[in-house]
Amino acid sequence: MTTVSGRAARPPLPAPPPRTGRLLRRLKLGRRLLITVTMTLFTVFTLFPFVWMALTSLRTGSDLYRVADRPFSVSGLTLEHFRELLTETKFLTWTLNSLIVALSASAIALVIGVPAAYSLGRLRYRGGAVVGVIVFSTYLLPPALLFIPMNVVVNRLHLGNTLGALILVYLTFLVPFIAWMLSSYFQSLPVELAEAARIDGASRLRAMMVIDLPLVLPGVVSVFFFAFTLCWQEYLYALTFVRSTDKQPVAVGLVNALQVGDVFAWGQLMGGALLGALPVVIIFSFLMDYYLSGLTAGAVKG
Amino acid sequence: MTVRTVDRVVGPRRPARPSPPAARERWSFLDRETPLGYLLVLPMAVVVLGLVGYPLVLTVWFSLTDKSLGSDTVSFVGLTNYLELLDDPVFARTMWNTFNYTVTAVLAKLVLGLVMALALNEVRRFRRFFRAAFLLPWVVPSSLSVLAWMWMFQADFSVLTYLGRQVGLVDGNIPWLGEAGWAMAAVQTVNIWRGAPFFGIIILAGLATVPKELVEAAVVDGASAWQRLRYVILPHLTPILVVVTLFSFVQTLGDFQIVWILTNGGPVNSTHLISTLAFRTGIRGADIASGSAISFFVFPALAAIIALQLTVMRRKAK
Repeated sequence: MTTVSGRAARPPLPAPPPRTGRLLRRLKLGRRLLITVTMTLFTVFTLFPFVWMALTSLRTGSDLYRVADRPFSVSGLTLEHFRELLTETKFLTWTLNSLIVALSASAIALVIGVPAAYSLGRLRYRGGAVVGVIVFSTYLLPPALLFIPMNVVVNRLHLGNTLGALILVYLTFLVPFIAWMLSSYFQSLPVELAEAARIDGASRLRAMMVIDLPLVLPGVVSVFFFAFTLCWQEYLYALTFVRSTDKQPVAVGLVNALQVGDVFAWGQLMGGALLGALPVVIIFSFLMDYYLSGLTAGAVKG
Repeated sequence: MTVRTVDRVVGPRRPARPSPPAARERWSFLDRETPLGYLLVLPMAVVVLGLVGYPLVLTVWFSLTDKSLGSDTVSFVGLTNYLELLDDPVFARTMWNTFNYTVTAVLAKLVLGLVMALALNEVRRFRRFFRAAFLLPWVVPSSLSVLAWMWMFQADFSVLTYLGRQVGLVDGNIPWLGEAGWAMAAVQTVNIWRGAPFFGIIILAGLATVPKELVEAAVVDGASAWQRLRYVILPHLTPILVVVTLFSFVQTLGDFQIVWILTNGGPVNSTHLISTLAFRTGIRGADIASGSAISFFVFPALAAIIALQLTVMRRKAK
């Protein structure tokens, strides 16, 4: 009896010795500290240039020249640089040029790219796989390889120094990009709906227009905005084809025009860079999740 | 009310109604997959052949001639342009720079991206904020963000030098863009700054696909954090790391604006890449033939990487 009650009184499992617990907790603390420090360093690394940009654009002119000795002591904030940027430079013209080019090129690229994406994603025919490979390779070819002969082609078409040159040439990366992104979208759609429409007597083309296109519409809208950002970011073609400052997009105009001799108007330059980046940042803040899933789907799932 | 409801139900189906027989027969070949497939791809094929294929052929042709901007007569000169380049010390330097720039930056981006992803994977709070903060350099057009770096690299006004002095690492001024070694490091830094987040975000997505059971089993078996990374997580990530690294190689190899805006290839050609030297020669210098030859030097490496990329992706798809 005594042995039984004694056994029952014993705790079922010995508690871990307190020393290990403290060690574990300390290890966990060290781990969390390491992660916090890493995240802080990365955040400073990625964001500091933007913070510095904003701070520079808001400082007074005289403050800017003392930046070497006391970079973080700000004697007063001013919107003077932004006022000068908008009234005394062609910043608004450059922005308008960027808008015209990005909107037209993206729209035209959609008209060409969406049918191609449907064809690649939905239809089986000889050579389809080869077309897919060519599209992907074309998308990867950098402007650095093609800008010199492209300049000759643009001049032959009498498009030198026009926005039309940019709209035309941007199709070379936009169309493959759209076809590539949307073909996997078309592939992921259920085929049953379109098949049902075809049994009802609709032609393949009609089934595409009426059934499949509305279903990929969210993808089309997102891809349009990504195409827009690609145009907005482009620099080399714009620098090559467009020489007069009136016709340059933001990315090129800002850099070229604000350098007077060897002196840069740093306040205006930083303000312009911030404003010029704003449209793309806004687009991404709305579409980040979609962008990431599209971006990673290709890499992760293959 | 009821009539309207019925209308709405019928409405969407109306376009699917069969077309009149005559029109149907004339266009019936479009109902077969092959003709329709080709027809829908045709506009894109015109763009790709006319605006990518044709210029690509032109590059090769120009590089074998003496074509320059404004000259009407063009004559075939064989491999002269290439042979001249191989004799040119500036070009040799440029080739080395391109190699150095690309390999260093891609490897640094891979390592930083991996660390970024591993750290971010452990974070529960403010995840969205961190993701957005890390992606910002990737999103902002680099021709604009590079201006901030240019300002930070101004020898006399550099906030980076100031910070270095405060920490005690730096004495006096650093010639960020004025001296060959510093200038190359500076342009590489900007490229890494812009590209590492891309690696980080892709690898983070890859980490989410590592089965939890595997990691937990390793913990039970007493594997240290390093062993778990080395023997469980990294092998699982390899395909993603390969794809994203190859993609970055292509992008970095074709990089132009960071060097062009920051250093213009200087000081004394010490940071010229193939792309910037081609621009200076072929566009600013109007020597289309030589410029074409220079830019064509990226092609073999580019083609090899793209071929590798396609092979990897196809193998993964199977």
